[in-house]
Amino acid sequence: MKKIISLSIVFLLIVSCGKDLPMSTFDTYGPIAEEQAFLFSIIFWAGMVVLVAVEAAIIYIYFKYRRRKNSNRKAAQFHGNTKLEILWTILPVVFLAVVSVPVLSAIWNFGTMPENPAVVVNVKGHQYWFEFEYPDLDVVTANELHIPVGKQVLINLDSNNVLHSFWIPKIAGKTDIIPNQGNQMWIQADHTGLYYGQCAEFCGESHALMRFKVIVDTDEDFATWIDHQKTEAYVPNDPLEKEGYTIFMSAKAGCGGCHMINGSKKAKGKIGPNLTHVGSRQHLASGIMENTQDNLRQWIKDPGKIKPGNIMASQGAVYMDPNKALTDSEVIALASYLQSLK
Amino acid sequence: MTTIPLKLPFKIDLSRPVNPTGIWDWITTIDHKKIGVLYGVTAFLMFITGGIEALLIRTQLAGPEMKIIAPEIYNQLFTMHATTMIFLGVMPLSAAFFNYIIPLQIGARDVAFPRLNAFSYWTFLFGALIMKSSWFLGGSPNAGWFGYAPITTTTFNAGHGIDFWVVGLQVLGVASLAASFNFIVTIINMRAPGMSFMRLPLFTWMTFITAILLVLAFPVITVALIELMLDRTFDFNFFNTRAGANPLLWQHLFWIFGHPEVYILILPAMGIVSEILPTFSKKPIFGYAAMVLAAAFIAFMGWLVWSHHMFTTGLGPIANSVFTITTMLIAIPTGVKMFNWLGTMWGGNIEFNTPTLFSVGFLSMFLIGGISGVMHSFSASDYQQQDTYFIVAHIHYVLFGGAIFGIFAGIYYWFPKITGRMYDEKMGKLNFWLMFIGQNLTFFPMHFIGMQGMPRRIFTYDANMGWAFWNGVETFSAYIIAFGVLFFIINMLKSWNNGPKAGDDPWDARTLEWSISSPPPVYNFLDVPKVEALDDFWVKKQKGLSKIKSKTKPKNIHLPQASYWPMLASLGLAIAGYGIIYNLVVCGLGIAMLLITVCAWSFEPVNEPDAH
Repeated sequence: MKKIISLSIVFLLIVSCGKDLPMSTFDTYGPIAEEQAFLFSIIFWAGMVVLVAVEAAIIYIYFKYRRRKNSNRKAAQFHGNTKLEILWTILPVVFLAVVSVPVLSAIWNFGTMPENPAVVVNVKGHQYWFEFEYPDLDVVTANELHIPVGKQVLINLDSNNVLHSFWIPKIAGKTDIIPNQGNQMWIQADHTGLYYGQCAEFCGESHALMRFKVIVDTDEDFATWIDHQKTEAYVPNDPLEKEGYTIFMSAKAGCGGCHMINGSKKAKGKIGPNLTHVGSRQHLASGIMENTQDNLRQWIKDPGKIKPGNIMASQGAVYMDPNKALTDSEVIALASYLQSLK
Repeated sequence: MTTIPLKLPFKIDLSRPVNPTGIWDWITTIDHKKIGVLYGVTAFLMFITGGIEALLIRTQLAGPEMKIIAPEIYNQLFTMHATTMIFLGVMPLSAAFFNYIIPLQIGARDVAFPRLNAFSYWTFLFGALIMKSSWFLGGSPNAGWFGYAPITTTTFNAGHGIDFWVVGLQVLGVASLAASFNFIVTIINMRAPGMSFMRLPLFTWMTFITAILLVLAFPVITVALIELMLDRTFDFNFFNTRAGANPLLWQHLFWIFGHPEVYILILPAMGIVSEILPTFSKKPIFGYAAMVLAAAFIAFMGWLVWSHHMFTTGLGPIANSVFTITTMLIAIPTGVKMFNWLGTMWGGNIEFNTPTLFSVGFLSMFLIGGISGVMHSFSASDYQQQDTYFIVAHIHYVLFGGAIFGIFAGIYYWFPKITGRMYDEKMGKLNFWLMFIGQNLTFFPMHFIGMQGMPRRIFTYDANMGWAFWNGVETFSAYIIAFGVLFFIINMLKSWNNGPKAGDDPWDARTLEWSISSPPPVYNFLDVPKVEALDDFWVKKQKGLSKIKSKTKPKNIHLPQASYWPMLASLGLAIAGYGIIYNLVVCGLGIAMLLITVCAWSFEPVNEPDAH
């Protein structure tokens, strides 16, 4: 029995801290998240002291001062104690004055934008996906943010629709994306790897599915990635891919009205994600599924089923007009073409 | 008998009702006690609907990638759950106590404006019905309870859901404002002789402060709601971002209202606990003056912290620093209150019955909510917790473990006064322990999953995020809370008519409401009491002066008469509300009805035969 209890306590501690979980704020990989976890630990432990002290006092009062049968004990009659009132007013003031120092210094640290950031990224929130534009490098991509390791990255946040919030728990706390406000934040990641991000401000029907990934590269990998992103889109040779290309560029399907394929004259839209190198991304539909042929087909077939309320499903010609609906073979061809866009 | 000078083509008795009975009595009553019961029962029914919405939310989140509730419905559910619990549950439940208890505690025969009081209730009821009817009229509001622009504008939200929210909240605001003015005037002017402000029971003090906060806070959200209504109905551009609006305007207006609103929700519960703990400890409250000052300081500081809801909106380091400090400061008076409650119990002879258990539950749960509140005041690290389940945990420790526990404590405490019957103690304790365990198992794990990165307001989450275990526990435990509330309902229904007779003063209590019979007579006090001390009734009992027989005859006491105009005026307002949503002509008719009925109300004759 004892074993079961101790095992279950250990188990509870493990699942409650959950340090290794994909979005745990305790498992930090950058200076901002690290400082935030440190500040939290200050107030967490101070809070624990107060919590244990007061709850212990309540339990003590219960055992000491509860009314018992057959007892003639009378309640003590006193109205207060000025010294105590002063004491428990002053003590918290002193404590808060002390801990406010690291908090205020962190506010300034996070709120002061780097003068010479290694990379500038314009993040645009859409319903329900993230667009990442590297204005100095002339690259536009979606849902997978690449940044170089160990460098300060300046993020400009904008939206032409509703509010969103940009958040990578293991790297930095969130900043809201607000139209006409021009918010900024800076981030830095100190370890290469893949990190999870998610929109944190309610933005509509599929807010829960507005996620993204951050890929922290070494300098060389980042440079390679940028060079690759700058190349023009792959032009297919395979017959199936070619068929998909034709459908994509056709006026009937109208994909190019919303999506951009760099170098193409027909696909110049800016409403949806830039698809020039969509095949090179690891995930689809703002990080909610792996980029596989099968998932891509399902997405093209019925995007509203996977992400309810998204604009492609509600405004794309092939989804609104039954006469233009894509056939299964067209879907297969399109998926094959898009996957070829490495 | 005079009738109203209205010429109608058909004959109808429009005279002022005299001693009405049955349903007509409840519709025309202006007795603060009956209105208090109406408020309580209506708000409790709303609380149940909000609870059902919560259970549906929890059911959808029981496991990862569940498909029980569609995303759009889920978004409506969490919006309506919060809106219901705050505006239709906790606020009117507090108002029920104001209505029933305040005149009794200050030794008055009724509130200052009895018909306005009835108007407040009916307006609240119609506001609640407007809000809730959205479920049956094409969908409920779906933008969260603070409805951040621009997702509430017609560009992004074409249906009527948001309109119900905008109109419903305005109507509810009218009800709250009317009630608050009424209670401010009542508490200032209707106190019994000798009841100076520093002899007011703490519940009355907290009500007074709450009413002042309401009067100052509701106009701010009304401004925001009217702007949004102009945007939605008349194509204005307050929040039209595509015409250049900065939607932060909404957030500032909302939270300048919204933060005082938090204290509007919690101060009445604090007042209830401050009545119960001295009564059952058999001790005076510890540090009465400090308790009053702390509450006043909290209420004042409530106006200086609104941007701590907006730490991540990019206000800049200066604003974030200022609001960090002001928010930290609020912890100090709150701590003072907590320590004073402990001091009240210290050295007492405490009877741990259901009201005490709920009060002590309030202390221990509100403490947790208070501590997580200070955690949020650390704005630099709050960037991680903002908009996660950590804040959901915080708000539920403050508003469920805090406000709702306080309200349940109050219902059990005053139940024998209101009904004249005693509730079932065993079932009451069962109710408490189920709610206490349920509360902690439902809301404590939300701290964990919040720190593990689960954002609020998401209808689904991936299995690989590791949030499934605690979400499952939370959903299971939410049903434990539901069972606790079920026992509460059974207890109330069973005891209301069949409980053992309670007697006038079952708790050997301290304040004036216990000096009269249970349930109180319509006139409350035969003779207006003369107050000579804090806890005057208790002091008189100690001196053996509480049993002096009065010579006043009840028939000689003048009481205000019943009236149906307040209800009709509220109905006019409700029609105008639906008119804004559907048809502006109907809106005009509703406003006309409101004006006519308010005029008729003003000229209503006093026609009781022996009226003064």
